[in-house]
This record gives sequence, C-alpha cells and structure tokens, in this order.
Amino acid sequence: MENKVNVFLFGKKYEVPESLTIMKAMEYAGYQLVRGCGCRNGFCGACSVIYRIKGDRELHACLACQTKVEDNMFVATLPFFPLLKEVYDIEKIKPNEQIMMQLYPEIYACVGCNACTKACTQSLNVMQYIAYAQRGEFEKCAEESFDCVMCGVCSSRCPAGISHPQVAELARRLYGKYMAPESKHLLERVKEIEDGKYKDLIEGLMNKPIEELKELYNNREIEK
Amino acid sequence: MYKYTEEQLVSMKKVEATRESRLNNLFGRMSAEEKQQVLKENHPDYIESAYENLKVGPNKGGKVLHELADLLQGKSRVLDMDIDLSKPDYDVDVLVIGGGGAGSSAAIEADNKGAKVMMVTKLRLGDANTMMAEGGIQAADKPNDSPAIHYLDAFGGGHFAAKHELLYKLVNDAPDAIKWLNELGVMFDKDADGTMVTTHGGGTSRKRMHACKDYSGAEIMRTLRDEVFNRGIPVVDFTSAIELIKDTEGKVAGAVLMNMETKDIYVAKAKTVIIATGGAGRLHYQGFPTSNHYGATADGLVLGYRAGAKLLYADTLQYHPTGVAEPTQIFGALVTEKVRSLGAQLVNKNGEAFVYSLETRDVTASSIIRECNKRDNGIKTTDGEGVWLDTPMIEMIGGEGTIEKRIPAMLRMFGKYGIDIRKEPILVYPTLHYQNGGLDISADGMSTTVPNLFVAGEAVGGIHGRNRLMGNSLLDIIVFGRNAGKSAGEKCKSVELKDLTLNHVKEFKKELDDAGINPTKLSPQLLPNYTKQQNI
Repeated sequence: MENKVNVFLFGKKYEVPESLTIMKAMEYAGYQLVRGCGCRNGFCGACSVIYRIKGDRELHACLACQTKVEDNMFVATLPFFPLLKEVYDIEKIKPNEQIMMQLYPEIYACVGCNACTKACTQSLNVMQYIAYAQRGEFEKCAEESFDCVMCGVCSSRCPAGISHPQVAELARRLYGKYMAPESKHLLERVKEIEDGKYKDLIEGLMNKPIEELKELYNNREIEK
Repeated sequence: MYKYTEEQLVSMKKVEATRESRLNNLFGRMSAEEKQQVLKENHPDYIESAYENLKVGPNKGGKVLHELADLLQGKSRVLDMDIDLSKPDYDVDVLVIGGGGAGSSAAIEADNKGAKVMMVTKLRLGDANTMMAEGGIQAADKPNDSPAIHYLDAFGGGHFAAKHELLYKLVNDAPDAIKWLNELGVMFDKDADGTMVTTHGGGTSRKRMHACKDYSGAEIMRTLRDEVFNRGIPVVDFTSAIELIKDTEGKVAGAVLMNMETKDIYVAKAKTVIIATGGAGRLHYQGFPTSNHYGATADGLVLGYRAGAKLLYADTLQYHPTGVAEPTQIFGALVTEKVRSLGAQLVNKNGEAFVYSLETRDVTASSIIRECNKRDNGIKTTDGEGVWLDTPMIEMIGGEGTIEKRIPAMLRMFGKYGIDIRKEPILVYPTLHYQNGGLDISADGMSTTVPNLFVAGEAVGGIHGRNRLMGNSLLDIIVFGRNAGKSAGEKCKSVELKDLTLNHVKEFKKELDDAGINPTKLSPQLLPNYTKQQNI
C-alpha cells in the first residue's frame, strides 16, 4: 500500500497517495476538472496553483500537473487571472521603445520587488525580461521569456499591475517579425512554388504506380 | 525527487559503459521487409481483438477501435432536449469548432475574407495538442530539398496510403505556411544570416524540421491566439459543440452548443462550419497512456459522423515511440523526437542499441514494444516497462550547452524530478500520440459527403495516410486550417440556409435501433473522467 499524505484542497483535507501530482490528487479526491486543466504536460499554463506548506512562511506557485503533492500542502487553484491584453495591428506597429510605452505603460511602474520572478512557475527571470522590455531590448526580452506558459502567476503577485506574459508576447512577435534576420531561402522557395516550379514534378510522382513509388522511396538518398 | 530502482541503476551503468562505442557505430536502418515484419508483429494497429466493425453510419462495416465505436454509435446529448432552432443565440458566416492551431488559423483566414467568424472551444483558446508539439514543423525550403522530395518522404512514411490531392497541398503549401507564421511573429530558430536551423525527423530524407527551440507548437499557438484576440474574433470558450445542425436541404447549418460549466444550451446558426476539434488520445485506446491534452476525445469525429460525414483511416493511430516511462508523475508525457534528431539513441537494458534512432514513428514504437515484450530486454518501471533514451549523447555530439539551448522544455520537465538529462539517460515507452485518420475531405477542405462542413487539423483523415511523420502535423494544422478558413470564408458568401433541423440525429438514432444497438454512453465524450480512478 502506497504512503498517503494530507493535502488541503481549498482548505478541505483529503488523504491522497504521495506519488500523485497536485492535479491527479484533485482528481483522486473526486474533482472532475473543467477549469484549471489543459495539456497536463506543463506547456499550456492552465493549471497554476498557489500553495503553502503548513507552518511555512513562504507562499509558492507552481503548475498542478508538474508538481508532486507534499504532506500538509494547502492548495488554491488559479485557473484564470485577469491579464491585460492590449490589441494592436502587427502589420502597423514598429519595434521601438514607444510601442511598449503606448500599450503597456505600467511596466515603467515596476518597483523592482522581484515577486514576479520568485513566483514564476517556469523559473524564468521575469523581472529581468520586463527590464529588457522597458529598454526596448526586444530580442533579449524574447529570449528571456521564451519558455513562458502565460499562466499569469507573476501578474497575480505584481504590485504595479503589470501583465508580464502579454508584454513578453508582444516582444516576441515584434522580434520574430521585424528584427530576426530574414530567411532568403524561404522567400525564394515560396516564389518558386507560386511560379508553379514543382507542380509537374509532384504530379509526376502522384501519377506513378505504387510499386514504382515504393522503389523510389526505398532507394531515396538520405542527407547525412 | 525520483529514485531509481536497483535494477534500473545497474542497467544505467551498462548504458554508460557502451556509450562511447555506440556513438561511433550507428545501428543500421531496417530494410522494407524488416519494417513490415516488426510492424505486423508488434504495432497496436495490428491487434485484431482491439477492433470492431461499425454497424451504422457512412462507414458501416468499416473497422475502428472499440473505444471509438462506442462513441460513434453512442447516445446523442440532444435527443431528450427541447431545443428551439428557430431562435439562434448566435448567427454567423463561419463557425469554427475547436480552439487549437487549426481552428485559429482557419478563423484568421476566414476573417481575412471578410466573413463573420466565431470560434467555440470547450476549454480555453489554445488548450490543444498544438500547444504541446515540441519538435518542429516540416517544410522543404532549403536548396537541397524540394516539395517533391517532401512528398515522397511523407507518402512512403504513411505507407503509400495518403490521399494524393491532400498530400500535394500539404507539401506544396508548406513553405508559405512557414512564411505566414514568420510574418505573424513566430520566432523560428535561425542562424545569424537568417538561414532556418533545420534537423531530421524520423523518416525524413532532408533536414527540413523547423523549430522554435522545443516549444515549437507553444510558440506557434500563442502567436495565433494573440492574433485571434487582436482581430477581435469572438471566442466562446468553455463551451462545446454537442451536435451539428443541418438545414432542410441537408447542408450543415450550425451547431448546438453547451456551456461546460453551467450546462446551458445555445444554438449557433452558421452558413459554414469548420470542425477543428483535434485528436483522441484521451480515449486511451487499448489502455495506452497519452501525450495528448485533456480535451482530446474525438468529438469532431462523432459530430461529423452523425451528420453523415465519412471517415477515412479511422482505424490507424500513432503511438509516439518516446513517451515518458518514468517518473510515474509524468507517465505518458511526450519526449520530443527532436531528442533523437539531436543524437540520443534508444538502448535496451543491456546497454545495446536495437533500432536506428530515426526510423518512422510506427517502426520505432514497434521496435521498442518488441524489445520489451518478445525480447524481454525492457527495464521495469512503476507503470510497466521501458527502454533507455540515451540523452547524454546529445552533448557528446553537439557540445556542452546543446540540451539547454535546443530542448529546454525536456531539461525542465525531468529536472523537476531531479533527473539531469545531460548526465543521465531517461526511460521511455510508446504513448498514444496522434489520430492518423479522421473525417474525409477534398482538397478545398470540405467533407466529401456533407455540404458546407469543413474539417481541418487532426480531425482530418487521409493527409498522412496510415502513419504521420514528425513535423507534418504542425504543418497540416496550419496548411489545412488556413485552407479551410479561406474556403469557408468564400463559400459562405453564396450560402442560403433553409429551416434548421436536427432530424439527422433522430435518423441516426433510428439506424441504431434498427441495428439493435441501444447505447448508454453519451457522446461526444467532451472530457475524460479521471476521478477516483487509477490516475492514468
């Protein structure tokens, strides 16, 4: 029989096997999840929870699908957080400092408390990427924030009301579209296809008998 | 923190001992005959007892897995409801069902056509398998490559069963899909001169796997989601489609929707409908764990089938070779193929390589199953068995720092359990990953049997044949999502709807009655139920 631990889901005590993640512990306790459950693999940010271990001063945040239960863990879910998402036309904006000032001026009210970084479920240096955004250093902001799952825990802890994940999203799109070097080989290939360069070649394949295609496939040259 | 068993530790030592020699002596590729044999003898698709023949519907007589048959021939949720179709709650040109990469691409392109678009998704926008696709997206955009070579790779990899017109579209529109994403701001891995960093995937003959570190799908999905929001396209979230609506002429004309939390029912009238509901991993076919997101329950297949849409290759599933076998907390989660692209080998309990690392997924998965079952060379794990994936080889080949730079999500996922994949190999076993089959469409994205019903993404059958190559799924959701959005956005301009009806649901029920089937299981399933269970 597996060892059990006590977890307190929204304050109510449940006894669950110690090997479970917080998410599976909730299900074990009988919750049929609708909110607060998405990919179950740590990519979607749906399942952020805040917890405290009894007697511990510190408040922790994590993804419920990625974190094991502990004895005397008090858990509250944070399936939604009202992040501020400003709308913009990606074709019209420019990758300059002003754009952050226009869309997310509150980032300049950052008090440097670093609560965002401490709370990040992905262990990102959140305050640092906000600093990059303030300075219009979008490439650095994009790189530093790249593993963000947009769970919103950082924003829930921010005294300045910053929506960090949305700031980072804007920085990444600006970098990806306007600042990353252009891929010439890609543009050339798209042009060739538009000109119908490969049409006959592919149709030629499509019209071959299966046996011939098998022959071609099994003997095709493979790049090292 | 994960604690290895004694047996696992002993075996791990053997893996370390053989690492150097394995690095210099790559395991050879299989011949066509050897591949056929390992598939026949080991692949779950070949287990006859897992299947049954459908008794009603457009694919009557065709075989599908029991779990899917139960849903396709299940009990409609609307039969006992009193629904007034004459007063729709929503009235739109294009209704997109599903909030993943295909649905979002479709919504954006339909919006470009000037159509009034609405998305409905049972969880949040972006809660989808797209979000979890780690490895990359294929496109033949390098000078030594061409769409024709891509075509041959995919056609052969799918066992020569793909629908020609669909595969043509997939490979020919691939470079433009990358360009489109790039222009939306997706951050692809590039060299300083802008050359895309591309690698091999299982079954590719050219390095055409584009990636955004190992968050490829997440980066694409969050960008598309941001774009949908920027455009102000209405997204009705936490709301599922539970049945399609038709008009009296038999054209699809909307859907009955249900709020997942309050269970309130709404009627959405639409000139065209796009099913982009994704896959079925959460049905846990044949008891397999899955790498899929929480909502992957084949809903679109059920909705379409009851409305008369034909299925193609619904009997074939993809079991990704490398799901997590240990630690148990993340059992079944995906270990991206990119780990093998970067040089990690599959190794048995004796420290021996047993398969070339980048065979197609079905062949690799079958080889792992054979190693564990027939050859008894697996390593015992909490939930069953597994083999080693020798991740430290990656940095021997690519240099120190490669893992952190190229597969940070993997480093993090195992790091949380105290496993440093730079230093230790990891334990893997096949996991239910992808629905190869789905609803049958023509090149314009429309169902071959139901007018004005479009389908995109994993819910489509036939693009990949009977097995899909890595990186062709992220590609297909973009290519066919955009395609469906454009087609539906055009088509809706000439559609005139007659009175709405759910008669097709009643007729389907009668067919079930006539076949002596009295279903108790409600379908579509919408979500799995893991409460008080074995916690799969």
